[in-house]
Amino acid sequence: MAGDAHGPLEQFRIKELVDIPVAGIELDITNSTVWMAVAAVGVVAVMVGGTHRRALVPGRLQSVAELAYEFIAGMVRDTVGDEGRKYFPLIFTLFMFILFGNLAGMIPYSFTFTSHIAVTFAMAAVVFIGVTVLGFVKHGMHFFSFFVPPGVSVFMWPLLIPIEIISYLSRPISLSVRLFANMLAGHTLLKVFAGFVPALGVAGILPLAFVSALTGLEIVIAFLQAYVFAILTCLYINDALHLH
Amino acid sequence: MPQLEQISTYAGQIFWLVVIFGILLIVMLKVALPRVQGILQERRERIDDDFARAAALRDEAEGVLRAYEKAQAEARAEARQVMREQQEKAAGEAAARHAALGERLAKEAAAAEARIATARREALAGIEAVAGEVAQAVTTRLIGVDVDVAEANEAAAAARQAGA
Repeated sequence: MAGDAHGPLEQFRIKELVDIPVAGIELDITNSTVWMAVAAVGVVAVMVGGTHRRALVPGRLQSVAELAYEFIAGMVRDTVGDEGRKYFPLIFTLFMFILFGNLAGMIPYSFTFTSHIAVTFAMAAVVFIGVTVLGFVKHGMHFFSFFVPPGVSVFMWPLLIPIEIISYLSRPISLSVRLFANMLAGHTLLKVFAGFVPALGVAGILPLAFVSALTGLEIVIAFLQAYVFAILTCLYINDALHLH
Repeated sequence: MPQLEQISTYAGQIFWLVVIFGILLIVMLKVALPRVQGILQERRERIDDDFARAAALRDEAEGVLRAYEKAQAEARAEARQVMREQQEKAAGEAAARHAALGERLAKEAAAAEARIATARREALAGIEAVAGEVAQAVTTRLIGVDVDVAEANEAAAAARQAGA
């Protein structure tokens, strides 16, 4: 598959733009780096550029910035409560970065950095480790009681505690794979059906219509996956703060 | 698939993710989020402030209206009072004038009566004097007896007394 220059997975190939080897490790600037920067600049453009007038009656871009702020602020308040205020900047940045990464990936010939497991797993790992550290800082050794389901008889513990631990440890995997797989599948599907358009001639109008609809769906998924990543982070923080 | 094949790019991807996400987090933390929060808070305060000012203005307007109504009621009461006073004064003056006129008329009537009485008395006195002379003259002419003036006067007075 790797050798196929026009295969549906070729769009995910990392292309080196500037070679930066540091002590034998490749820290190259690649297409992934460029699109991460594009996403970050996009977020800054909306959140900083859009709000520079501090208008009492907001313009379009300022409305988007305020909407995003209130949306995530409401989400943090609803899932974590007032204690969640401290983690709001991180959750907000995560949401916006993933959202803009997903949306930038919808631009033709662009690159979707969120379709790479290395990136999504790194983010999920930071969330997982951060939440676990938070739990231990907040509750000390008592944090282990999180793995004991409340209201269950002691005889069930040998069965349930390993299940709880496995489910806890699989959090970073599910969190990262969910985003990665959604982006991968969506973009692959788009590419596959787009390939049918020229191949089928006049009948290619059918896959073209499908690709158009799928593009809309992918934009919804771009929002949805950013939202899911952010709200799961909130829920994990809430678990760490309040245990059960 | 490239995601699992290009393992040598993992370090670079994660490195740039940390760098770019870190910068973005700092910009959000230091600039964007405080600014948006400030905008939202300012708007909320401004709206609350406007509501408070509107309520204050309404209270003020109600106060002005009450003061106006009070002033109007006072003015009306004062006008009624003035009118009543004027009416009373006019009625008093009319009564006084009426009384004065009555008095003057009564006085004039009394004076006239007095004048009439005097005139009558004078006239009567004149008649008495003349009566004696007439009686003397008549007596002389009729019976040819010269009567003393005093006697004639006496007789005339007696006749008048009897006639009266």
